[in-house]
Amino acid sequence: MSEMDVIEKQPVTLRVNGNVHELEIAPARTLLDVLRSELRLTGAKRSCNQGVCGACSVLRDGKPVRACISLAFAAEDSEITTIEGLADGNRLSRVQQAFVDAGAVQCGFCMPAMVIAATALLNENPNPGVEEIRHGLGGNICRCSGYVKVVDAILSLTEGSKS
Amino acid sequence: MSPEGVTSPNPVGDAIGKSVPRLEAREKLTGQAVYTDDMTLPGMLHAAMLGAPYAHARIRSIDTSEAEALEGVRAVVTAEDLPKKKYVGVFLKDQMTFAGDKVRYISEPIAAVAADTLEIARKALQLIEVEYEELPAVFDPEEALEADAPILHENRDEYPCPYERPEHPNAVAYTQFKEGDIDNAWAECDVIVEGVYETPAQEHMYMEPCSTLVAVDANGKITIWSSMQSVFRVQTMIAEAFDMPMSKVRVIAPRIGGGFGGKCDLTNQPATVALALKSGRPVKMTLSREDDMMMMKSRHAGKIYCRTGARKDGTLVAREMRLFLDGGAYADESPEVSTVAAFFGRGPYRIPHVNVESWSVYTNKLRASAFRGFGNPQATFASERQIDEVAEKLGMDPIDLRIKNALQSGDKWLGGQTVEGGSLAECLEKARAASDWDKRRQNNGKEVRPGKRRGICVSGMSHISGMLSAGAAVRLHEDGTVTVNTGAVDIGEGADTVMAQICAGALGLSLDQVNYGNPDTDSSPYNFQTSASRVTYMVGKAVEQASERVREQMFRHAGEMLECAEDDLELRPGGVIGIRGVGDAAVPFAAIAGRSLYASGGPIMGTHNWLFEGERFDPKRALVRGFALDGIGVFTFGAHVVEVDVDMATGKTEVLEAWCAHDVGRALNPGAVDGQIHGAFAQGLGYGLYEELVWDDGRLVNPTMMDYKVPGPLDLPYKIHPILIENPSDGPFGAKGIGEIALVGTAPAICNAITAATGAAINRIPATPERVLRAILAAEGGS
Ligand code: FES
Ligand code: FES
Repeated sequence: MSEMDVIEKQPVTLRVNGNVHELEIAPARTLLDVLRSELRLTGAKRSCNQGVCGACSVLRDGKPVRACISLAFAAEDSEITTIEGLADGNRLSRVQQAFVDAGAVQCGFCMPAMVIAATALLNENPNPGVEEIRHGLGGNICRCSGYVKVVDAILSLTEGSKS
Repeated sequence: MSPEGVTSPNPVGDAIGKSVPRLEAREKLTGQAVYTDDMTLPGMLHAAMLGAPYAHARIRSIDTSEAEALEGVRAVVTAEDLPKKKYVGVFLKDQMTFAGDKVRYISEPIAAVAADTLEIARKALQLIEVEYEELPAVFDPEEALEADAPILHENRDEYPCPYERPEHPNAVAYTQFKEGDIDNAWAECDVIVEGVYETPAQEHMYMEPCSTLVAVDANGKITIWSSMQSVFRVQTMIAEAFDMPMSKVRVIAPRIGGGFGGKCDLTNQPATVALALKSGRPVKMTLSREDDMMMMKSRHAGKIYCRTGARKDGTLVAREMRLFLDGGAYADESPEVSTVAAFFGRGPYRIPHVNVESWSVYTNKLRASAFRGFGNPQATFASERQIDEVAEKLGMDPIDLRIKNALQSGDKWLGGQTVEGGSLAECLEKARAASDWDKRRQNNGKEVRPGKRRGICVSGMSHISGMLSAGAAVRLHEDGTVTVNTGAVDIGEGADTVMAQICAGALGLSLDQVNYGNPDTDSSPYNFQTSASRVTYMVGKAVEQASERVREQMFRHAGEMLECAEDDLELRPGGVIGIRGVGDAAVPFAAIAGRSLYASGGPIMGTHNWLFEGERFDPKRALVRGFALDGIGVFTFGAHVVEVDVDMATGKTEVLEAWCAHDVGRALNPGAVDGQIHGAFAQGLGYGLYEELVWDDGRLVNPTMMDYKVPGPLDLPYKIHPILIENPSDGPFGAKGIGEIALVGTAPAICNAITAATGAAINRIPATPERVLRAILAAEGGS
């Protein structure tokens, strides 16, 4: 517990993956910090910590946000979905399964965020083409894959790929 | 002709050659994969390091009393807390955990704090008072080699070093390869091209910053979880730094978020160990991105002087190369990097007259160390740019020129080692065919899209796969399934899956009958490191042969159980041994395992341990001077064809499509091989077009992901086409490594394509829009 916490802690209610959490935290704490340290949801990763790489992405009311530059307090009235909230028990979401099948995963550090970005993209546009997918990945950085199989994974879920 | 005279068995079942998904894909895609920073232990403290504010300064005093007094601080450590003069390093041992008498680069760690929270630890760092006496610094390798340059390591005689160092105290290592009669060769040449090439300090930018968690038990045994490339290297080097027996150091691999060479050897493990020892509590230290970039390691920036001569018919005759590699403030892997750079100075071509000299040099900057390609990308950039220039001067097709001079099997490498599997020409032919080269080349220099000029060109490339030693153990369980143990840390490239596939293929099991054990120095057989494209080849061979030992033991049992000769037995898919040609005469592995445990012979376990002992340099053929590693692996070959559009107004290059042909021996998991090629191409594209660490007076000016750009989804073409060529090697089921080679020739292929598009010579990377524009203007001015 930091000094800051002791002095300025305030109550906040966060709804994450369908669970309600009543917390006491300092207003300056980021959503990423609270997810990782308080809720022990470590699927969202810290990489650049400045909003550039996307590794910390989570869904806020269905839209991807960078948790490292979002305040936890600002998420109070929203529904947060992290990577841990996508699978249904042991059943992977269709996006997760597509990433497995396409062999998109290497070190995996960027992958929770890629799945989040892909989920959001497909919610907006169920049939993106290659260019729309490249744009839709929102600048999320992967240092291992060259993005080819990430694009393939998403393409495999579109109408075009089934015909 | 296998590494030890042992041939590969025929794979049984369908595990080999199949693009199975990663064993750990589900856990990585659901957020369940545990990387170091995801771990927490009871009572765990959080830690951070303090970096020096000067590039070169003497430390007069360090006062940590205020930091120690801050509430919540549990330990502060400096050089005082570590054994004195216990230098660590790979060959040349010149590094300490914290700067002692001097700091030699900005952000060199000088102290660390462990506290109840990270905020407190960071606050405490600000309370540490250090008095410095600033010293003159040097930032350029060639300047550092001048007679009156500031000396970084006056005390270098204290450093253990197994090779003879060059005379200049700032020279870390020097290597020379000389063959033929270079002085008289130039007269034989009809064309000679000459140039100076510059390559950047590239940042590894593994997505997971360095992170370490350390716990100390009541007997003083240390356990380390860390983001690293080898549990055994960390164990050895920590024992060395802390002057303690290796039996008191246990290292365990969690999931690793990329390494690319940057997590070879030590990162922040020693500082974390020091804090855990002093506080008596578990300590976790995860570097911020900025600290990681400023404190850890990068690729060697290079300046390469190169000259190549050829006859009119395209026969290459002579090559001279001098490389200056910027090693930064400490040796780290510099001596090996500069020797490998020299080793690739001639490239994969028959050039009879060669003189290559390579230096790695101390400067007051971030340490440079291992990075995918390991000195080879620097040499290959100069070499392949120059081969292209020769082709252009002679009016020859650049692929034809390369094929004409390509090394063939049985030829000698620079230094005299024999080339096996010399398939460069085949790689070039395959890339030519797949890219529709002849047709697309018609567009070179044309405005296919408004305002842009199109260009297609090529690079050949070669690398090694192998080196040092590895072992594996395969154990048969009571129910007939197996566990494989190796020391191969999967840093994201897929070793876990491929090792399991090799075992499955050797024993005819399905993948879910094979358990892959996590590397742990307490229980895993030795492996040197995940580096040098060596895991598939080296550890894979050990797994293949350890599995064979298990099969042999099972065959002895099965022969007795089925009352037949062992020679009549066969493995059948799914874990069954039967009599060849007799369908129902069979025993499952489980029955054999049960027999071994309760009736006869004892538990079944197979092991295999080996050291790669390659051919040595041939002193009759080549003069080899200075520090030179020989016998470092088998050779690998590849060729990339790249098509680009260059915007003539902005100088911006867009890579449209790439064809990457590689001889992988045998693709054990073609999907994973493709992934390695895609990723290496991406990192090579970053090297060629975007990435460069920039210093201003020793201060890194772009230590963030905002300011240092790595290629994002929009910067890379979707059309990167791997072309896999399979000429079996002596590796496991014929495979060899693919981890590095596809990076090696990517930047020169792109730059050659820019030249094909614009006529401008791109001899400095990254080829930023500004540099390309300037080169275009220079080319226009010159014509
Ligand atoms: S860690 Fe949040 S964007 Fe990089
Ligand atoms: S898989 Fe390693 S960063 Fe994307």
